[in-house]
Amino acid sequence: MNSFTYVEPAGVDEALAALVQYGDEAKLIAGGTGLINLMKQQLVQPSYLIGMRRLPLTTIAGNGELRLGALATLRALENSDLVRRQVPMLAQAIHLVATVRIRTQATIGGAVSHADPAQDTPPALLALDARVKIRSPRGEREVALDQFFTGYYETVLQPDELVTEVIVPAQPAGSSAVYLKFLPQTHDDYATVAVAARVAMAGGKLSNVRVALGAAGSTPIRARAVEDALTNQAPTLKNLREAAALVEGAVDPTSDFRGSAGYKREMAVVFVRRALEQALTAAGHKLA
Amino acid sequence: MKKITPRVNGQAQSREVPDNRLLIDFLRYDLGLTGTKEGCSVGVCGACTVLLNGQPVSSCLTLAVTADGAEITTIEGLARGDKLDPLQQAFIDYGGFQCGICTPGQIMAAKALLNSNPHPSKEEIQDWMMGNLCRCTGYYKIIESIQAAAEGKVRV
Repeated sequence: MNSFTYVEPAGVDEALAALVQYGDEAKLIAGGTGLINLMKQQLVQPSYLIGMRRLPLTTIAGNGELRLGALATLRALENSDLVRRQVPMLAQAIHLVATVRIRTQATIGGAVSHADPAQDTPPALLALDARVKIRSPRGEREVALDQFFTGYYETVLQPDELVTEVIVPAQPAGSSAVYLKFLPQTHDDYATVAVAARVAMAGGKLSNVRVALGAAGSTPIRARAVEDALTNQAPTLKNLREAAALVEGAVDPTSDFRGSAGYKREMAVVFVRRALEQALTAAGHKLA
Repeated sequence: MKKITPRVNGQAQSREVPDNRLLIDFLRYDLGLTGTKEGCSVGVCGACTVLLNGQPVSSCLTLAVTADGAEITTIEGLARGDKLDPLQQAFIDYGGFQCGICTPGQIMAAKALLNSNPHPSKEEIQDWMMGNLCRCTGYYKIIESIQAAAEGKVRV
């Protein structure tokens, strides 16, 4: 690992001042489970590390709309009664991230800022219409998570910005969500493909459909073609099967030891269909 | 260089460390606590597990500067004089280790589990311990050892 100067601001304003002072020579560090590995591989070589551990951003709050402080650890979130009650799918997805040791250190702000396309938390948040709250010396802004990821490990974040909160809006009445992680090797592995799906019903037709995938391209992705094909349609097995097939055109997986690109594309179709079926079944809907 | 003052195994420590010192290197090289082992160096294998403020972390992914002011417990901090921790005794009585390289990490992870959940089910033990690899593949005995310690079956 390269040498660097570590600074530890006591508050968000001080952290923003440090970002301005050191510019793109600096990196923010929260849990460090992602960044330290990138630094060990010399893929990232910051001259300054800005430690976030003293920033007061660990609060998990909200009734209906959940506000998750950027420094809330994944373990705090999976164990949070608020998260479990309001968006159980998010708690279930987070429980599947790596191991308890990593979840103890890793944070929700890190999980989105790191922008690893294969992690579990981003697609789960995408399917729940999450937003990211961002601070900079220029002010505050919110970005919908589906506008946040721009490329492989890249986001819309500017060098003077930091994530303060991840916001999960109140979910549509009667909606149901499922996260499926295809793990053909070990349980602590990255997904071969992962799917988060949310559905609701309105007047006997599907509504508020969200389908998001991890490990299926250079960013976590939303499969809008699948969502659009199902909206206002009857919840039949045939409709789900035909819509799921459309995900083939939305994904762009790479071949690696977890499977060939072609295999992953086929598994994306299978797991999108299963996730939709399970979300509807879990909400008590019969599939014709 | 930064001065850090953590408490390690109940003892106050004060050391100057380079900003990029990893916690595992601080423990092993600066404090001579070589019980904590380094395996994969990327946070996967669990050999380097220590407790930071009571919580299990990978010391290979943790900067020593972020442990300033923290309470750190390593495998050396479990025994009280000649009296082993029940988990240590259980690993001996129930054959919870073979070559031994993963054992400090296994025991520290198990310690964190029993601290937060004193009577875990077998499934809860398996789920929690998934992040601690044993290349001798002695997992059954490790699980039995933790169950025995949790059930108060070992005498120390």
